[in-house]
Amino acid sequence: MEYLRLFLIFCKIGAVSFGGGYSMLPMVQDEVVSRGWLSESELMNFIGVAESTPGPIAVNLATFIGSSQAGVLGALCATAGVVLPSFLIILLIAAVFRTFLKNRVVQGALVGIRGVIVGLICAAGVWMAVQLLFLTGEEGAFAFDWRALVIAAALAAETAVFKIFLKRSASPIVLILTAAALGALLYMI
Amino acid sequence: MEKESAKTKLKGLLLLFGLFMKIGLFTFGGGYAMISLIRREFIEKRKWITAPEFTDMIAISESTPGPLAVNSATYVGYKIGGFWGALCATVGVVIPSFVIIYVISLFLEQFLQLRAVAAAFKGIQVAVAFLILSAGIKMFREMEKKPVTVATAVLIFAVMILLDVFALSFSSVYLILIGAGVGLAAYFAGRIVKHKKNGRLSADAADGAQSGGADGQTACDGDRSAQDAQEGRTPAPADADGQTACGGEDISVQNAQEDKASAPADTDSGSREEE
Repeated sequence: MEYLRLFLIFCKIGAVSFGGGYSMLPMVQDEVVSRGWLSESELMNFIGVAESTPGPIAVNLATFIGSSQAGVLGALCATAGVVLPSFLIILLIAAVFRTFLKNRVVQGALVGIRGVIVGLICAAGVWMAVQLLFLTGEEGAFAFDWRALVIAAALAAETAVFKIFLKRSASPIVLILTAAALGALLYMI
Repeated sequence: MEKESAKTKLKGLLLLFGLFMKIGLFTFGGGYAMISLIRREFIEKRKWITAPEFTDMIAISESTPGPLAVNSATYVGYKIGGFWGALCATVGVVIPSFVIIYVISLFLEQFLQLRAVAAAFKGIQVAVAFLILSAGIKMFREMEKKPVTVATAVLIFAVMILLDVFALSFSSVYLILIGAGVGLAAYFAGRIVKHKKNGRLSADAADGAQSGGADGQTACDGDRSAQDAQEGRTPAPADADGQTACGGEDISVQNAQEDKASAPADTDSGSREEE
């Protein structure tokens, strides 16, 4: 039963995560945190791991959550679930509806969906930042964390340096490693 | 002889599986990293898909749900080897992440017991928020600035923050469905306004009834352009189909796909015609 539930939940997430890996994060938060499977901060730890290992975030998260809930079979069910909707949709498009996405009505719906996705991702980022900076007290009470602010400033500086001097964006792995080193340094004091 | 061709087909599928496993193993940092890998492997090195097909593929992957890596693996796999090609490519691209993450999931909790690691992860959480926020800002910047899209994005942002502040939960799945509804409403409203402006008031009544037909027209146009791209490369049969306007589309597309289905086998063991 647990397996079937994992499979179905991740099917649902896979079917609506338009626009790449980040768009599934709000959905995963909804499903996983509200069910008490993982706490907000456990989920964030894991997103950090998913970002620094190869493969799509969606697949990494599904595997991890499946495994933490129901072992290797759970991981398998969750991963199969998250992949299946994309697989079927792309197969249908490639095989039958080559022009489905060029249809203007479909494009109209996608215009609205894109707006929602961007809003969701921005809100998820802002709210995470607020929690990390200001709500670090017991059970989310107000408490300002200057260390988090220092780390965020360092990451912003690093991004700027990459843009200006190396003419490319800093890879997520570089940023995560920087933050890990700074975190180990600052939070150990 | 049949056995022979089954063997080469299997070999092609295995190759597809292996290549996508390699791609899955080296895509750090999300789907976009894999685009250059796919380009090099399948367009430049093996010429299994053409550049316009590749652009098509990215557009399709971006406007369908699911990770870009999975979507493009399924698409490229299907183009090259039909259903089984799609399956091999998709499973191949997922396996490396699955194995790596499964192993990590076994140890992460113990690993986090270490004080230094827990401290490092507090830093990593900041990086995660930073990455998500910059991805969101980047997406907003690159978004087509249609009034509907911007309005929805801002509204959804406000709603989500309010929900967070008051610790309410509302599934984002519904928000996405609402977004699709808003997009559709804006599209049809736009059409009606356009018609009225053109002074074709009489056409308005027919518009509702005909919208299906009109869209069929667009689909047809799209088909033709897709076909043009294919005609460049597919031999005689596609030309014959090209003359039938819309009806023959499916057949010609299928022809092209069948031709491509044999591609892996071709590269492996000379030309199929000899068999």
